[in-house]
Amino acid sequence: MQDKPLILAGREFSSRLIIGTGKYKDYQQNADALKASGAEIVTVALRRVNLSDPDEPMLVDFIDPETTVFLPNTAGCFTAEEAIRTLRLAREAGGWSLVKLEVLSDPKHLYPDMSETMRAAEMLINDGFDVMVYCSDDPVFAKKLEDAGCVAIMPLGAPIGSGLGIQNQVNIRLIVEQSSVPVIVDAGVGTASEAAVAMELGCDAIITNTAIAEAKDPVRMAKAMKHAVIAGREAYLAGRMARKLYADPSSPLGGLI
Amino acid sequence: MVSKMNVFINGEPHCFAKGLSVSAMLKELRLIPEKVAIERNLQIVPRSLFSQTELQDGDHIEIVRFIGGG
Repeated sequence: MQDKPLILAGREFSSRLIIGTGKYKDYQQNADALKASGAEIVTVALRRVNLSDPDEPMLVDFIDPETTVFLPNTAGCFTAEEAIRTLRLAREAGGWSLVKLEVLSDPKHLYPDMSETMRAAEMLINDGFDVMVYCSDDPVFAKKLEDAGCVAIMPLGAPIGSGLGIQNQVNIRLIVEQSSVPVIVDAGVGTASEAAVAMELGCDAIITNTAIAEAKDPVRMAKAMKHAVIAGREAYLAGRMARKLYADPSSPLGGLI
Repeated sequence: MVSKMNVFINGEPHCFAKGLSVSAMLKELRLIPEKVAIERNLQIVPRSLFSQTELQDGDHIEIVRFIGGG
């Protein structure tokens, strides 16, 4: 049975898992995890070059931007202006306009500053960017971001890097039901079953970084995430059974000896 | 004697010969143009203009590249 592809800004993807490239032991381990995950998109950050070490290992030498889509983020940006400046440089560095917008607030919880996120999204869309937007799990703001023209709505499941799983399944489901662009849980997934939960709620994809990078065996966790996303997606498409309050025997009662 | 100029790269002062192009600056810094993006006084310098863009005394240059992130 064929599933329809994930479509982001007109591009089709067969994998519904997007992985990060931060916190790995090294870029080689990152590349190995990417291979095991089957992901076609990776999130990346943009930072100053290290002038004192021009020979430092470069991400692009381990993960090829020709074969893997680089999704530049705005991690560390706390205002719309910082986010836009970063993404304009990212667009020049990579030559593509698909980006992940995140405008953060308090470093303690890294919740998105939604009014700044909204303002940045509008400015970026006007500037020709295809904006995938990290947002709170508030269906009202999610709708506003979609109406503004974002190409994917990416609510958090729990604070970035916390690995606490999907904290508000009701809100994620509401966002899924109301959205006509892909909904991608970004942040909060801690292990494979939590990726499956997000997919069973009807999310179109998930993004995970820390759950893979900080696993004891990141490459194996990448593989687990791949299977969890497929399993969760299939279960969502299959449609789960109704919940019942009492037991219902699976073997017929008639014909008992 | 070649006259010198000071430019700030990623916040640090650097001394170069006057009239240096962005391409020549990258060569001096041993950086590969295809792997970086450059901002000059808050304006993006397109890669296609690296060789014809001359630095001026007091310029503020940012040189960035992709690294791992979430």
